[in-house]
Amino acid sequence: MTSSADRFVCKTDSPEATITLGEAIGCSLIGGLVIGLVGPLGAGKTQLVKGIASGNSIDDTRDVTSPTFVLVNEYAGRLDLYHLDAYRLSTPKEFLALGFDEFIHGGSAVVVEWADRVHDAMPEGTLWIDIAVTGETAREFSFRSSGVLAGRALQAFRQELERCSP
Amino acid sequence: MTTILGIETSCDETSAAVVTDGTDVRSNIVASQADLHAKYGGVVPEIASRAHIERLDSVITEAMEVADRKPDNLDAIAVTNRPGLVGALIIGVTAAKMLSWAWGKPLIAVNHIEAHALSPAIGLDEAPWPAIALIVSGGHTSLFRIAGPMSIERLGATTDDAAGEAFDKVASILGLNYPGGPEIERVGAGGDPQAIDFPRTMLGPESLDFSFSGIKTAVLYHVHGQGKTTGGLEELSQDDIADIAASFQQAVIDVLIRKTMLAVKQTGVSTVVLGGGVAANRTLRTALADECTKRDLAFHAAKPEYCTDNAAMIAARAYHQLLAGDIATLELDASARG
Repeated sequence: MTSSADRFVCKTDSPEATITLGEAIGCSLIGGLVIGLVGPLGAGKTQLVKGIASGNSIDDTRDVTSPTFVLVNEYAGRLDLYHLDAYRLSTPKEFLALGFDEFIHGGSAVVVEWADRVHDAMPEGTLWIDIAVTGETAREFSFRSSGVLAGRALQAFRQELERCSP
Repeated sequence: MTTILGIETSCDETSAAVVTDGTDVRSNIVASQADLHAKYGGVVPEIASRAHIERLDSVITEAMEVADRKPDNLDAIAVTNRPGLVGALIIGVTAAKMLSWAWGKPLIAVNHIEAHALSPAIGLDEAPWPAIALIVSGGHTSLFRIAGPMSIERLGATTDDAAGEAFDKVASILGLNYPGGPEIERVGAGGDPQAIDFPRTMLGPESLDFSFSGIKTAVLYHVHGQGKTTGGLEELSQDDIADIAASFQQAVIDVLIRKTMLAVKQTGVSTVVLGGGVAANRTLRTALADECTKRDLAFHAAKPEYCTDNAAMIAARAYHQLLAGDIATLELDASARG
């Protein structure tokens, strides 16, 4: 792992490890947080969200499925978790037409797959996670926080990671 | 004779239909993607609620005219209120509430997925229940046990990507056009379905859930090289691409059929029905029909026009709800989840 105040990198070696990483993120979600996931097909974006949802205490992670076609999934947990996907969208305007603004409130967190496709519509304080494919099952997650809320979330998440894996 | 006007605005399509006695479709008007593309200059998909608002009035009017029905002839107004995009659903729900109030007809709230599950029965002389329903689309891949039209039990569903989504994403990996499902089938028709042994993810011997995320990644690595997500496509010949498309399609179909047959075995039901957008895939229809014949099971696939999103299936499903007294109030809301 390498890190600075607003950047942070960690690696996983299997889809299961990606879910575990997601759980640590899910445990430390803050109301109002928006997470942007960036990475190619097969990077494990939906797997990571399964972990995030699990860490956010939803009942059954089998319910966490790719929103590519349905565009928005909603899971009730500690916070309301909105799971969006911009894969089929071509403009930030289309993305905003989903009602994106209404999903962001004190009792919710929002995760957006393919967020780079609608970069201009993402809030300034987004917590960005870039996923790189580094091997058949190996992935590298680069966290970038911009803004106070994402910075706080990233700090909470790093503490959670340290607590989980001393 | 019971006549119901159905309204569907859960995602991309705006649709209205008039159906009599739950099976006799008098009209089924779907504002197609092609129209939207032309009108909005290539916006794919048009998810803005505005598109539904602009089209719904004329779609409903056309459905009533084609069916040659007046408001007085209707027995109920049915509308999809879940699951789907709330912003899109709410347009149909609001319109249905207004018509229900203005025309003094009962309002019926329909679950979109349950309507898909019953869609293979539309147009049949005799109801096919009890049956196992395999519903496969871009957004959903589910198995249901249908004891009767008011008894729909979900046995399993995808835990990651829907089958239709896997088709679309593999088409994109192979550089094929959108929508990917028909393209994979077209290109794969010239290929060898046994050429590449892509994984068939079963999630345990008795599981009726699905996972299509692994096969997508397997195709990705087959094309780009292990652990890579770009490059390599230009080195493939047309024949290679045809083999990959055919082998991928075969792997998905194998999983769908094995799981469906497992559901048959677990429940002892002797009829299988198929619906949803991917049911338009002829290779799947034929393979599932053949498997059913081999095992002496009855088989019905939804007609192609009732496979993709449509309001006929909404009105058809609502007929049984009306008979059962399952009437909604004017407080009806749209919901993202099923």
